[in-house]
Amino acid sequence: MNMNLPLVAVILGASLLPVVGAQAQGSITVTAWGGAYSRVQTETIYRPFSEKTGIKVTPEDYNGGLAEIGAQVQTGNVKWDVVNVEVFDAVKGCEEGLFERIDLKSMPAGSDGTPADRDFTAGAMSPCGVISETYSNVMAYDAARLKDNGPKKLEDFFDVKRFPGKRALRKVPGVALEWALMADGVAPADVYKVLSTAAGQARAFKKLDTIKADLVWWTAGAQPAQLLASGEVVMTSVYNGRIYDANLQGKRNFAIVWDGQVQVAEGWVILKNGKNTKAALEFVKYATSTQPLAEQAKRLPYAPPRASALAKVDGPTKQWLPNLPRPGRAVVTDAEFWNENGDDLNKRFAAWLAK
Amino acid sequence: MSSDAPALIESTTIDPASGGGSLPPPGPSLNDDLRRRLRRTEWRGHLRAYLLIAPLLIFVLVSFVLPLSTLVYKSFHDPVVPTGLPLTYKALREWGGPRDEVPTEPVYAALANDMKAAKRDGRAAEIASRLNIEASGLRTTFMRAVRRIDSVESGPWKPYFAGVDPAWESPTTWATVRNLADTNHGLFFLSALDLRKSSQGDVVRQPAEQRIYVEVFIRTIGISALVALLCMAFGFAIAYLLAHAGDRTANLLMILVLLPFWTSLLVRTTAWIVLLQKEGVINSMLLGIGAISQPLPMMYNKFGVAVAMTHILLPFAILPMYSVMRQIPPSFVRAARSLGASPTTAFLRVYLPQCAPGVAAGVLLVFIIALGYYITPALVGGAGDQMISYFIADNLTRALNWGLASAMGVLVLAAVLLLYWAYDKLVGVTNMRLG
Repeated sequence: MNMNLPLVAVILGASLLPVVGAQAQGSITVTAWGGAYSRVQTETIYRPFSEKTGIKVTPEDYNGGLAEIGAQVQTGNVKWDVVNVEVFDAVKGCEEGLFERIDLKSMPAGSDGTPADRDFTAGAMSPCGVISETYSNVMAYDAARLKDNGPKKLEDFFDVKRFPGKRALRKVPGVALEWALMADGVAPADVYKVLSTAAGQARAFKKLDTIKADLVWWTAGAQPAQLLASGEVVMTSVYNGRIYDANLQGKRNFAIVWDGQVQVAEGWVILKNGKNTKAALEFVKYATSTQPLAEQAKRLPYAPPRASALAKVDGPTKQWLPNLPRPGRAVVTDAEFWNENGDDLNKRFAAWLAK
Repeated sequence: MSSDAPALIESTTIDPASGGGSLPPPGPSLNDDLRRRLRRTEWRGHLRAYLLIAPLLIFVLVSFVLPLSTLVYKSFHDPVVPTGLPLTYKALREWGGPRDEVPTEPVYAALANDMKAAKRDGRAAEIASRLNIEASGLRTTFMRAVRRIDSVESGPWKPYFAGVDPAWESPTTWATVRNLADTNHGLFFLSALDLRKSSQGDVVRQPAEQRIYVEVFIRTIGISALVALLCMAFGFAIAYLLAHAGDRTANLLMILVLLPFWTSLLVRTTAWIVLLQKEGVINSMLLGIGAISQPLPMMYNKFGVAVAMTHILLPFAILPMYSVMRQIPPSFVRAARSLGASPTTAFLRVYLPQCAPGVAAGVLLVFIIALGYYITPALVGGAGDQMISYFIADNLTRALNWGLASAMGVLVLAAVLLLYWAYDKLVGVTNMRLG
């Protein structure tokens, strides 16, 4: 039998053929938090941006952290062009050289003509990022189930006698440790000072130990509302906008306890060594200009970073914005603290969780 | 290979003929020629065979051997710090002081030069993160010195470092730096076993609040063994039923076994969430008939993990047992009975020993697959029920400690190989039947 050598060669060649996945010009991948957040951004930012510039936006979801970003940049395989990161990750990633530097002054002026660096009341996120909004980690429960007997203050989250049942927290040390300390009597202003000490960290973990058996951990921003809706947990930590959205879209009656809220700024960064950095910068400029910011804040109650955008926010979301004056304790996350202690606390948190 | 045989015979039968009909004594040249031609033909046959399987071979190399060797390599090869601080290590070697002493000025000067270079190349944060894996807080200590290093032109450097962070005057800091001197080391294996190198260079246990992995290894083996035993118990009964029922019933049962087997793992796990959750199907039913007054906690705990994993892995136990049982002639048990054995004796002494290869194969298969389970415990288990693959993934994707993840992977691989070896010694791999 004569072997068909050309055929063999073709099979051999095909097996060696590299996977070709070149991205079309004028297209960027924007990675953010999924769920209601990405749905609103698709309508208020991605779509108008694509119509205006012709640059196609491919949305991707992730659950925060620098790991996936670090892996992409370090292996030289950058798939995400623009990512929405939390402020401490913006600081750390910038220091680690994962992001392009962005000058806040190069952002467009506000709709009323105020230069960008003064219009951004929240300031710069880091030398690399531009703030898109400030959200708040709040405690929430289902008022349809608990009626008037719902939790009123942060201490109630740790009170398993009066409020039996599972409670959910995000599977990161942030918020969990701040809440533990505040519920243990630490004043909001001292939280990060106490948490910097070994004794303070031990105290926070000890407080968490008291409810450990009743804790469920979530990773994606859409999960807390699902956990509340299915009755799996009696209360949960949650991004405040998700509760607003679940009540509006899912016809739920979830209630927020603002006491103990932990506010976190987040914003856009451009990954280093990406293939579309120019288009990515165009996107960041557009996404953080007055009009899209105001439109987004009308749909999701996250505080816009520009004074000019905040002035345009009206309607039902306004009273749900996290940074309104309210009774109850509030902490603004300390980016520098998390930049310095994040690795160690993550390690300790992982070990604590596994026990 | 079968296509080569005629060619081979052809060449060997023709050659003597070409040497002439009178058969002169075969000279050395003729012999050599014959041998060469024979070798060439053989070689061509081999090449063809290899070309045919080349796609598969390349696939196995690229998708299996290469990642596996990289994994093993990464578990001990760790050049970030030694190549990032070359001058420092040179100066440390020249100084050569004891571990409980702080080095002298030349070492600090070398460190300053290394830091400036690392900052220029954008590698400083990478080195700091690697140091931090060995000792908490070292990232901060290192980065504090890096941030202001360019503002200082020249030494003395010791006061500069002491000024930015007093930890630079601690022998412990320097001991940690010295522990990382080699590009190839066993530190990742130490941390995978909750051990570390102390400032004196001895191997000691991690502080209590940082110990995880030994417990997780034990837990992983425990859950896998439990699931393997449950699969053996349920699987044996089902396989017996399959092998001894009538054709129609057996076919129907087989479909019931295979259908979930072909369904996506994720779908089956999610189905268990629907069944087991607090207001899920089972709890609502039990509450409805008044059997319980409070919903039972069946998810986010070991119970949920064991139930879901047993269900998902059951076909891997059933199929090998079934294939072995079907080949056992029914006449054997009948013969035992006719010779006076009770049904129990006939089953235990005649039937069961013949099932052994299938049972062993099924249990081993389930145990090995269970060792690497990830998605099911992650979805239906609590934080305290996660198995070793969860922590490997966690180190790969969140903590970005690839060395530790690799070391843990190598340990799991070693455990599986050990198990396979033990199985071979006890039962014999040739006796294993997978269906």
